[in-house]
Amino acid sequence: MSASTETETSPSDRSHRPPFWRDVRIIRIALQVGFLLAVGALLFWLFDNLTVNLRVLGIRRDFGFLDQPTGVPILGSDFRAQSPIRDALLVGLYNILRVAVPGILTALVIGTLVGVGRLSTNWLVRRAAGIYVEVLRNVPPLVMLIFFYIAVLQQLPAQADSITAGPFALLNVRGVYLPSIQLSAGPAPVFFGVLGLALVAAIVLGVLRTRRFDATGQPHRRVPLGVLLFLGIATLGWLALGRPLGLELPVIAGRGVDGGYRMIPEQAAVFIALVLYTSSFIAEIVRGSIQAVAKGQTEASSALGLSGFQRLRFVVLPQALRIATPSAGNEFLNLTKNVSLGVFVAYPELLRIGRQAVGNGFPAPQLLFIVSAGYLALSLAISLVTNLANRRLQLAER
Amino acid sequence: MTTTDPATKTSDQVATPPSGGPTGMVWVRENLFPDVWNSLLTLTLGPLLAWGVYALGRFLFVTGRWEIITVNLTTLMVGRFPRDQLFRLWIAIAILAVVIGLAIGVANSVARAAAIESGDDYHRPWHEPIRRFGPPVTLLIVMGVFVRTATPLLLLAAAVALAAVAYRLGRMIPIRRRGQVNLAVILGVICAQLAITGFDGVPRSVWGGLLLTLYFTVGALLFAFPLGVAVALGRRSSLPVVRGTCMVYIEFFRGMPLVVLLFTGWLVLPFFLPPQFPTPDIVTRAMIILVLFTSAYVAEIVRGGLQGLPRGQREAAQALGLSPWKQTRLIILPQALRSVIPALVGQAISLFKDTTLVLAVGLTELLQVARIIPGQEDFRGQGLFAETLIFVSLIYWVGSYWMSRESQRLEAKLGVGER
Repeated sequence: MSASTETETSPSDRSHRPPFWRDVRIIRIALQVGFLLAVGALLFWLFDNLTVNLRVLGIRRDFGFLDQPTGVPILGSDFRAQSPIRDALLVGLYNILRVAVPGILTALVIGTLVGVGRLSTNWLVRRAAGIYVEVLRNVPPLVMLIFFYIAVLQQLPAQADSITAGPFALLNVRGVYLPSIQLSAGPAPVFFGVLGLALVAAIVLGVLRTRRFDATGQPHRRVPLGVLLFLGIATLGWLALGRPLGLELPVIAGRGVDGGYRMIPEQAAVFIALVLYTSSFIAEIVRGSIQAVAKGQTEASSALGLSGFQRLRFVVLPQALRIATPSAGNEFLNLTKNVSLGVFVAYPELLRIGRQAVGNGFPAPQLLFIVSAGYLALSLAISLVTNLANRRLQLAER
Repeated sequence: MTTTDPATKTSDQVATPPSGGPTGMVWVRENLFPDVWNSLLTLTLGPLLAWGVYALGRFLFVTGRWEIITVNLTTLMVGRFPRDQLFRLWIAIAILAVVIGLAIGVANSVARAAAIESGDDYHRPWHEPIRRFGPPVTLLIVMGVFVRTATPLLLLAAAVALAAVAYRLGRMIPIRRRGQVNLAVILGVICAQLAITGFDGVPRSVWGGLLLTLYFTVGALLFAFPLGVAVALGRRSSLPVVRGTCMVYIEFFRGMPLVVLLFTGWLVLPFFLPPQFPTPDIVTRAMIILVLFTSAYVAEIVRGGLQGLPRGQREAAQALGLSPWKQTRLIILPQALRSVIPALVGQAISLFKDTTLVLAVGLTELLQVARIIPGQEDFRGQGLFAETLIFVSLIYWVGSYWMSRESQRLEAKLGVGER
C-alpha cells in the first residue's frame, strides 16, 4: 500500500527517512539484485548442464571443428567437399543474401504496384489486386514454397524440352536460366569510370537547371534532361570502348546450359514464394499509408491546381512513404528471416548448411549457435538500417 | 479503414457518387473504360484474368484427381491417430462445443448489456451470422464433398447443435457469474485434452494433421499470452535491470527465424537439461519453442497498448490509493489489452500459419500429411502434390481469412485507430 505513496518523499529529508526495509530506493535495488541473481542462476544452471552433458557424451566443447573439411559439396555452387566448414557457413550466409536482396527489391516493386492497384478507379484492377492480396497473405509461406518446389518446378520438362521465353530465359527441371551481364576484363573498369563521369555530369546539369529555375522561374525539366545526358555519355563511352558490357544469354549446349545466370530450382522456389508472400503484405502497407494521408492534403493540392500525377508525386507519396517506412522495414526483416524456410527444400542457406554438418557428426550446440548468431546479426543489421531511415524521414517533418 | 471507398481514390478522376448507382453500360464505362489508359489496362488484364480463372476452374472441376483427398480425409484431419480411438476425439469436440458456446453466449450478453447501458441501439440484422460464419461453413461444405460416410457429418451437426444450446444457456447466465464461466472454459479445454490422452488414451506423439495444427495454435496462444503480458510489464518497468532483461528477451526471439529456434529446441534443448532429467518429448519441445517465440511478439504488441494509455490513468489510480499491483491489474491492463485485441488476433493468425514449421522437427501436422500422402502405394509416381497442397492451402486460407475478417470487425467495433 505504502510503497507508491512514499515515492514522493524527498530524498534529502534525512530526519524523516523510513526504516530501510520500507525505503523505496533500497527496495528497488534489492528487487533488481534479486532479479539479476535469479536470471543469472538460471543461465548458469543451463550452461552448467550443457558443459556436463557435453563432457558425459564426449562431444568437443570448442570451435576447432570449423577448420575440418565439410565432407559434402554444396548444391548450386562450385564449393568443394574438402573446404573447411567455416567456408561452407560463409557460403550459407551468402546464399541468404542471394535470395533476400533481390527478393526485397522485387517484393517492393510488386507490392507497390498491387497496393496502388487496390486504390485504382478501374474496377478490374482493384478487384484483381484485392484477390492477389487476400489469397497470398492468408496462406502460410511454407505451403507456397513447397507447392512451387514440388508441384511446379519439379514438374517442369527436362533439359531438351526447356520452356523458353524468346532467347532470353530458359525454364527446365534443373533450374531457371536468366540473362547475365557480361563484362570484358580490359575496358570494363574504364567504362565504370565513364559511367561515374556521366553521373556527375547529370547531377551538375540538374543543379544548374535548378538554379536557373530559382532565378527565372522557367521550367527546369532537370530529370528528363539529366537522364538524357547520362544515357548519351554512357552510350558514347560504351561504343568508344568496344562494347565492354553486354548481356549473355543462356543457350542449351549439349547436356548443360552455357552462359546466363542459373537459379537452381530450390533457390527459385524460395525466391518466388517469399516474393509473393511478402509483396502481399507490402501492398497492404502501401494502400494503408496512402489512405492514411489526410484527405485535406489531396484536396488542398487540387485547390493549388496540381495535376493528378503532381498530387501523387509531391504531396501524397512523400507523406505516405514516411508512414510506410517502419512497417515496410519489418516486412524486409521477415523476408530475410523466412529465407530459413529454404531448409525444407534443401536450399543451401545457413541453417541448411549447419543442419547438414550436424548430421555429419559435428557438434550441434556450437553449429546452432553460429546459425542463430548469423540470422540474428542479419536481423539486427536490417532493423538498424530501417531505424536510421525512419529517423531521417521523421526528422524531415519539421 | 477496413472498407475501400472508391470515391477517395488517388486517380485524377474524381468519381461522382451517383444517387441510385449507375447501371449497365454506364457502370462499365465509368469503372472499366473511363479513359485510354484504363481501357488499355482493362483490355490486357481482363483476358489474363479470364485465362487464370479458366485454368483454375479446369483443374478444380475437370483434370484434378481429388480421390486422393477422399481416401485420405481422416489422415489429413488427425494423422496417425488410431482409428478405433476416434470416439475420444468426438468427446473432446463435444466438450469444446459446449464451453465455446457458453463463452460466446456470455460474451454476447455482456456486449448487449454494455450497449444498452451506453444507449446504443443493439440490433443485429438476422443475416449477420450467415455472413460472419460464411468462410468456415463453406470449408465444411467443401469437406463434406470428400466425406465417404454420413457419420462425421451427423456428429459434427450434433456438436454444432450442442454449441447452440450452450450459447442459449450462456445468454441466460447472469453477467456477474462470468468469472465462473471463464473457469469452466479452462476446465473444459483441460478435460478435452484428458478425454483424448487420459484413460489409456492416445499420446500426443501420434497426433497429426489438422488436430496437431490446431493444438499447437491454441496451446501456444494460451501459454504465450500470460508470459507475453508479464514480459511487456517488465519491459515497461522502472527497474533498469528488469527492463533490460525483458528487452533482450524480446529482441532475441523477434530477431530469430522460428525454424532456427525449432531446430535449436529439437537438437540442442536436451543438452541444457540435467542428464538425469527425462528429455521432454518432441511435441512438448516444439510447444515450448512456439510459446517462447510467440510470447515475444505478444509482449511487443501489449507494450504498444501500454504506451498508448494516457499517463493520467496511472496517476488517477495512484490518487485513489491503489497499490501498484492493483493499479496495473484493475486500471492499466484492462484498457491496454482491450486496445490491442486486433493486433493479438493478427498474431494468432501468424501463429496458425507458423505451425506449418513444426514439420522441421518431424511432426506430421497438416502440411506434412499433404506432402506424404501422394507417396502412398495407390498414388505413388502420379504427382498428385498439387491436389493435396491446394486442399490444405484452402484450410489454412479459410482459417486465416476468417480470423482477419473477424479482427477487422472487432477493430471497427472497438474504434481502434479512429479519431
